[in-house]
Amino acid sequence: MPTDDPLVLGGHKIASRLIMGTGGAGNLEILERALLASGTALTTVAMRRIDAASGTGVLDLLRRLGIEVLPNTAGCRTAAEAVFTARLAREALETDLVKLEVIADERTLLPDPIELLDAAEQLVDDGFTVLPYTNDDPVLARKLEGAGCAAVMPLGSPIGTGLGIRNPHNIAMIVEQTRVPVVLDAGIGTASEAAQAMELGCDAVLLATAVTRAGDPERMAHAMRLAVEAGRAAHGAGRIPRRYWATASSPDPDPGP
Amino acid sequence: MHVWINGERHELAVGASVLDALDALGAPRTGVAVAVDGEVIPRADWASARLAAAARIEVLTAVQGG
Repeated sequence: MPTDDPLVLGGHKIASRLIMGTGGAGNLEILERALLASGTALTTVAMRRIDAASGTGVLDLLRRLGIEVLPNTAGCRTAAEAVFTARLAREALETDLVKLEVIADERTLLPDPIELLDAAEQLVDDGFTVLPYTNDDPVLARKLEGAGCAAVMPLGSPIGTGLGIRNPHNIAMIVEQTRVPVVLDAGIGTASEAAQAMELGCDAVLLATAVTRAGDPERMAHAMRLAVEAGRAAHGAGRIPRRYWATASSPDPDPGP
Repeated sequence: MHVWINGERHELAVGASVLDALDALGAPRTGVAVAVDGEVIPRADWASARLAAAARIEVLTAVQGG
């Protein structure tokens, strides 16, 4: 079996193509089991005011498990807010990685493309390795890549919906035109959708809710790990062309006596 | 003098530093970031950066999310 190339985001080599989120887990013990079962090497966190009760618990957990921390700018609605949050994250976590999220409204949680591109340009200039959560829009993806982002991370469907990949053709177009890694981020509901993202040629999948809110998060995390590996292998193997009519897979029958 | 740390009023000595504000909150010195009046204060400046009366200090860390 050929060994797979590592995922490279800017200067960071990431040993797993399944990037996890930590949001939605009932407690840190459930989260720990899920992260271990997922095999992830990179996991998102949000930046919020420190709370005396929880302290730096999530961070301590990720460090103990040897998982690299990916701070996000969740909750930010403008480029200015996102840039400020990214700078705080860099100070707190001593990483140049940032998952850039600039959300337009609470109902859809869709990215605001204008603020997103503005924030991406500022953060690239400031030396960040910028991983933008973006719409499944090939034009915006191209502009984000042009701005110097280290990856583009199009959504499959809105955050937390579990509706899977609503426009696979857009994802395929983004994959086709993009030289930096493409990470399918948001909307995954179950393992087949994670495999589909990889079969479409995405370089990685980022998901949280599908695992953390599953009936059995640890088991679903394991399923996602297998799905990402299977989809990656299938993409690399080259699927057969689709045909209209059947093609026999056994030799023609022998002539009768 | 009084300052605001994460939205709550605290009394600190005149000339208090960012580190004094972290101590007032019982916050650790790793895994956190500090902004004063909307400006991120680099870790290297925490001991030397003096707080003004009524300063608004935000102390953030990583939480579950995304």
